[in-house]
Amino acid sequence: MEEKNLTCINCPIGCSLTIRMEGEQVIKVSGNTCKRGEIYARKEVTNPTRIVTSTVKVVNGKSDMVSVKTKEDIPKGKIFDCVRALKNVQVEAPVRIGDVIVKDIADTGVKVVATKNVELSRKNT
Amino acid sequence: MYDVIVIGAGVSGAAAARELSRYKARICVIEKEEDVCCGTSKANSAIVHAGYDAVPGSLKAKLNVRGNQMMGELAKDLDFLFKRNGSLVICTEEEELPALQELYERGQINGVKDLRILSREETLAMEPNVTDCVCAALYAPTAGIICPFELNIALAENACTNGVEFRFDTEVEKIIKSEKGYELHTNKGIFRTKYVVNAAGVYADELHNMVSEKKIHITPRRGDYCLLDKAAGNHVGRTVFALPGKFGKGILVTPTVHGNLLVGPTAIDVGDKEGINTSRAGLEQVMEKAGLNVKNLPMRQVITSFAGLRAHEEQGDFLIGEVEDAKRFIDCAGIESPGIASCPAIGEMVAQIVRDKMKLEEKNNFISTRKGIRRPADLSKEERNELIRKEPAYGSIVCRCEMITEGEIIDAVRRPLGAKSLDGIKRRTRAGMGRCQSGFCSPRVMEILARERDVSMFDITKSGGKSQIVVGINKDAL
Amino acid sequence: MKQYDIVIIGGGPAGLAAAVSAKKNGIDRILILERDEELGGILNQCIHNGFGLHTFQEELTGPEYAGRFIEQVKELDIAYKLNTMVMDISREKVVTAMNREDGLFDVQAKAVILAMGCRERAKGALNIPGFRPAGIYSAGTAQRLVNMEGYMPGREVVILGSGDIGLIMARRMTLEGAKVKVVAELMPYSGGLKRNIVQCLDDYGIPLKLSHTVIDIRGKERMEGITLAEVDERGKPVPGTEEFYSCDTLLLSVGLIPENEISEKMGVEMNRATSGPKVNESLETNIKGVFACGNVLHVHDLVDFVSEEAAAAGKNAASYVKKERPEEGNGREIRLNPENGIRYTVPVMINTARMDEKLTVRFRVDGVYKYCYVSAYFDEERVIHRRRQVMAPGEMEEMKLTREQLLQYPELKTITVKVEEE
Repeated sequence: MEEKNLTCINCPIGCSLTIRMEGEQVIKVSGNTCKRGEIYARKEVTNPTRIVTSTVKVVNGKSDMVSVKTKEDIPKGKIFDCVRALKNVQVEAPVRIGDVIVKDIADTGVKVVATKNVELSRKNT
Repeated sequence: MYDVIVIGAGVSGAAAARELSRYKARICVIEKEEDVCCGTSKANSAIVHAGYDAVPGSLKAKLNVRGNQMMGELAKDLDFLFKRNGSLVICTEEEELPALQELYERGQINGVKDLRILSREETLAMEPNVTDCVCAALYAPTAGIICPFELNIALAENACTNGVEFRFDTEVEKIIKSEKGYELHTNKGIFRTKYVVNAAGVYADELHNMVSEKKIHITPRRGDYCLLDKAAGNHVGRTVFALPGKFGKGILVTPTVHGNLLVGPTAIDVGDKEGINTSRAGLEQVMEKAGLNVKNLPMRQVITSFAGLRAHEEQGDFLIGEVEDAKRFIDCAGIESPGIASCPAIGEMVAQIVRDKMKLEEKNNFISTRKGIRRPADLSKEERNELIRKEPAYGSIVCRCEMITEGEIIDAVRRPLGAKSLDGIKRRTRAGMGRCQSGFCSPRVMEILARERDVSMFDITKSGGKSQIVVGINKDAL
Repeated sequence: MKQYDIVIIGGGPAGLAAAVSAKKNGIDRILILERDEELGGILNQCIHNGFGLHTFQEELTGPEYAGRFIEQVKELDIAYKLNTMVMDISREKVVTAMNREDGLFDVQAKAVILAMGCRERAKGALNIPGFRPAGIYSAGTAQRLVNMEGYMPGREVVILGSGDIGLIMARRMTLEGAKVKVVAELMPYSGGLKRNIVQCLDDYGIPLKLSHTVIDIRGKERMEGITLAEVDERGKPVPGTEEFYSCDTLLLSVGLIPENEISEKMGVEMNRATSGPKVNESLETNIKGVFACGNVLHVHDLVDFVSEEAAAAGKNAASYVKKERPEEGNGREIRLNPENGIRYTVPVMINTARMDEKLTVRFRVDGVYKYCYVSAYFDEERVIHRRRQVMAPGEMEEMKLTREQLLQYPELKTITVKVEEE
């Protein structure tokens, strides 16, 4: 039997959640004041995931960087693999919101897409 | 071989260099920092004192009164802001009235014009925010306020225009007397000169002691200040002093020429000649004591606090003159308050000493005037539009708080002794000096600096040396 | 002089939403003046996700959220000028602005919408003792450097203040390869959203020290370290609790201040509690036809509410221009009075003739309150009494009032909003 502690993020109360686990199995969630707390706790201890946002370099753009995000959540444990994989990525301007920057980031099967438009720099138009 | 090397590019050194540049001589100013106005000159009360405070007969008394008289003309010639706003010394206890009277009499002896002792009512009518406890005040209409950066930069630029060389990031490590003068050993090599002017601020004792057996001793005396937002700038119109105590003129409250309110300084002797760190106790003292003479001070409006070091020499007076046992080595040391007020006269005195000794001849092509950075905010709408048509950079605001345009920043970089760092830009243009304290404009100013000076963003510093603003690119350490 | 129906000062989230709403409410001659080189305002540097759940029912990043509104502005053919600084607005609504192409120019507006946003409180305002080396940034400045320009401001970071930008930057700096050592917060509670504390700090093992502040800064050129100390209830450092952290960077996230210098200069009456204009039910200031919305009015934590508020301002400005508003005299003026735990309300005044069927009153509390009630007293009578599990200063609260409800009280003069234990 193992116990994990989390803070619920669903509302400002921030309940302190205690999750009793048997191996990978959640036995009991306590400390929550509503149902959402339990759902959050179960997900968070069994399969925590996050959207990752970052930036990559742009060539010939009006700005030198473009912001990007993982199109879907990726496993929390893969966050640093994801940003490391973006380290040497470079894209050509123009870039449009939603453009796929990386097809499968850090073997998660998730795309990385641009979240901002970057026009061609005036020098190049 | 130089004729004269001035060590230190603060107000004293710059004033001396500018006065010397009237003569036919090869002159160089050596400065250990990256810019002018980086030591005592940059952090002080920015007051052009009237001159009633110094002991009659002292150099401080003589040069203060003379410097004050010269300042108006100099401000016109060199195009910097100077305002004779007048000052008040506040007396709050009946038993201290004799001390106020004594100040008045000193002023008379020192030759300060138009001094008056005001009654409580007259004082409050003149400055309604002076404490209700006031019983009398000494009013000196000739006192003024100035921007010390502008003054220092104007003097140095004009010296540069008149042929004075400036070497920055150059620190004197050793001085060796030679047959014809001195060899200055620096981190940037050896400089040979016939004459040395020692205007090294808090370090002037170290340099003096390298060449003289008659040691002098300078104690850095730290003063903490708080600067308030322009919204508080009209709280007082005149500079308001407390009656002077053992450690100087006490905590003052003054408007600045740019419309802020300045409160300070404390007076704490420190060992570290670079010890410009404020302390909690110091800042608390500023807040407390300022309230003694001026009521309802809006201390919530503080936008920054800073500390400066006064170069206090233990004999208590300015030390200006040739060192007895080191011929051709001219001290310009112990320049603490009223140094800003005195600097035009200090420069004049130092230059006269050197001129007389070297029998220097006057140039006929000395340029006595200088134009400051053009301030579009002072122009009419038509003039401003004309300027923007010619130079569109004047249409682009970079610093939103002080409304400084890209044109002014470019000017600050390109002019003689142009700015190299964010602080250099700030002192020349006021970009970054406002209420957001460069939060919005620093990335933009960095870009302009990098572009104008053709260097990378990593070479842009706050104030030279190792004060880089950015240290790498995203993910480079991953 | 060019004439416009509505001139909007600022092309950030508030200005964009106000413009779109004004256009949709039948106004054609609209001009947005934006000082930056692109529309979108601060959202352009907020590259994290979590925006738009209310407005678009999906989680967007800041630039994506801004992008949606920018697209609408372009589709609706609303005029805007970039790189244009508004210098002055007269009481007669002549807006003086400047840019490189037009120089200094005036435009005459029938209505003005103030949407200038806010700025960060700077270090100076905190009066932290010590040196003033390079390496001290407001969190937003660092955010711009990292997210838009790709530069790292430092390697070892301490963050003072747990406002949302500070928390977000703790994660951003970590993901870009810096070591964030600690986040210190002067207050006994964080000013940021719970979700940000968990996902930006806990996820990366970054400690949050409540009731702590920076009492000394070391380093003469570049920062070398700072000293943290615990503070007592009055915010004074407790001797003996000092702890030194070596670091080259101090980020400050110590509050946001609405940028109202222009508003004040034109004579707009200000609310000391918000540092924004005092507005009525139409989000109109004391100057008729001058409206305010977004962070210039009061600092928000969610952009969705900025958009909602700005849309209301745009709609109200449109009815003002079209002279469709009911006469003030047809209604009554009811004052809103924040009391006991409530720091402020927006609006501060309601005219019953001009209010919509439903009116959202936004407010903040002055401390953390658990298991309490928010009440609204219509003069002496308690009419609204809502139980709240928790309220904190970091999260904006709201209360809905209906016109019908107010009309039931023909003598009503003041609505007092307060926190009550029972």
